[in-house]
Amino acid sequence: MLARLGLPLSLLLLAALAALLLALGVGSAKISPAQIWDLLQGEGDALARTMVMELRLPRALSAFAVGGLLAVAGALMQVLLRNPLADPYVLGLSGGASIGALAAMLGGLGGLAISSSAFSGALFSTFLVFGLAHGSGGWTPSRLLLTGVVVAAGWGAVITLMLALSPAERLPGMLYWLMGDLSYARTPWPPLLLLLATCVVLIPLGRSLNVLARGPQQAAALGVAVRPLEWCIYVTASLLTAAAVTTAGSIGFVGLVVPHMLRLLLGNDQRLILPACALAGGTLLVLADTLARTMIAPEQLPVGVITALLGVPTFLFLLYRSR
Amino acid sequence: MSVLATRDLIIDVPGREGGTSLNITIEPGQVWGVLGPNGAGKTTLLHTLAGLQAPRSGSVELNDLALGQLRHRHVAQRLGLVFQDRQDGFPATVLETALIGRHPYLSPWQMEGADDYARAEAALERMDVAHLGDRLVSTLSGGERQRVAIATVLTQAPNVWLADEPTNHLDLHHQSAVMALMADQAAQGQAVIMCLHDLNLAARWCDHVLLLYPNGEACWGPRDSMLVPSALESLYRQKLAVVEVDGAPVFVPIKE
Repeated sequence: MLARLGLPLSLLLLAALAALLLALGVGSAKISPAQIWDLLQGEGDALARTMVMELRLPRALSAFAVGGLLAVAGALMQVLLRNPLADPYVLGLSGGASIGALAAMLGGLGGLAISSSAFSGALFSTFLVFGLAHGSGGWTPSRLLLTGVVVAAGWGAVITLMLALSPAERLPGMLYWLMGDLSYARTPWPPLLLLLATCVVLIPLGRSLNVLARGPQQAAALGVAVRPLEWCIYVTASLLTAAAVTTAGSIGFVGLVVPHMLRLLLGNDQRLILPACALAGGTLLVLADTLARTMIAPEQLPVGVITALLGVPTFLFLLYRSR
Repeated sequence: MSVLATRDLIIDVPGREGGTSLNITIEPGQVWGVLGPNGAGKTTLLHTLAGLQAPRSGSVELNDLALGQLRHRHVAQRLGLVFQDRQDGFPATVLETALIGRHPYLSPWQMEGADDYARAEAALERMDVAHLGDRLVSTLSGGERQRVAIATVLTQAPNVWLADEPTNHLDLHHQSAVMALMADQAAQGQAVIMCLHDLNLAARWCDHVLLLYPNGEACWGPRDSMLVPSALESLYRQKLAVVEVDGAPVFVPIKE
């Protein structure tokens, strides 16, 4: 049993380390893995050291954390709604975050103000969707999904309106934020610690999530306290998404593609899928961000474009091949 | 051994006023059949007995303690429910599906061990679906899924079986096999309560019967006092002919 979990997770961990090593080595100046080892030990060339330790490492770790958070949030939402199409962004979270961030940018604010405004926007959207979906009776997965989709569409319209009304010199920054951009990412530690803490907290809940994935009534008949568990999933997934969006803008497809891909490959045991999502989501975003900053260097592409361009064909291929 | 009892229970069927208060005690070793026309509240009754649905009034007690006072996990170790409709969530294999029956017995940090796998495999074997272990449940036929659902509850090994039309989708051979399993469980000291549409299965396999009328009235008692043609005809509003086969009555609907 442990071997069944251990092998895929070790392979994914190796892939993650390889991706991080690649991200540290590739760029305007190439640095070999041996040199990186020296630099991490505190030796080697001072200039290379500054570049790796203060530019590339924080950015790569941020990318890893954001990718992991989005993938885990997506996997949780899919269990909650028992719908493989559920994704934190489908439920209007990124829309709310985007409005917050764009409003801060329009107001000429920068840095921390944009992040906190985005975070508030994401949480506001969460409670709006949940409150409306709850309505007068209880909520059902389809009602929550529909409410989220409609609220997201509403946010989309407001975003377009804000872009249309904003002065031309602010447009590029806003567009980059909307497509996801890790060059804003400063310290990687808050999202990384959040990712780690979430994975640890979710381990003991894994089997209950498996049972919940079989349907709420079946779960209740097997002794799962369904309502508290559903609340816990929803709040956790929202927090993870809000943290990811705040760090790197809105990056689509990771939360949808990574969990689905892993389910096709590894089956549907949440105790394996959730940590695997953290590792694979992180790896994917590290690779995507490395591509984004090297493909047309010295210019950078928004990483959200890369994840979509990689994600869409991979997803369609796996879907086509699946049983 | 567990005793399930209802105290002045009135189930909550939307739009229904009143009804008979149920005071029933289901002892270990008994097999109860719940009979009634469509919409009489058979499923609601089973879900209320399982604690999944709140009653309108009264209570359900397991070993003299109200279900609401017991921990969910404790209840799930003693009550097992075979659902009438499959809620297909995410894809899962047959073996994984049967294995979730062990959920109430494992602590949050515990993984399923060899013993849990052995129980699930034995249950699948007993229901004649062991050869499908690696198949996805969504690719099975209706009858095979029904047998997997029963195997899941068999893995759960409850003291009280609540089975909602356990013979749904099954061919004649497997219908008999499932009823034999229920009788076997009762012989081992479990209690069985099942909703049935087939009067003849009830006549052959149940020792107690509860008749549930659409207006909420109910009567219950030993099988032979309940399976009276005149009572059944008014229950279903259908004329019946009765013949005897193998020492048990067989009810056949006839043209008016």
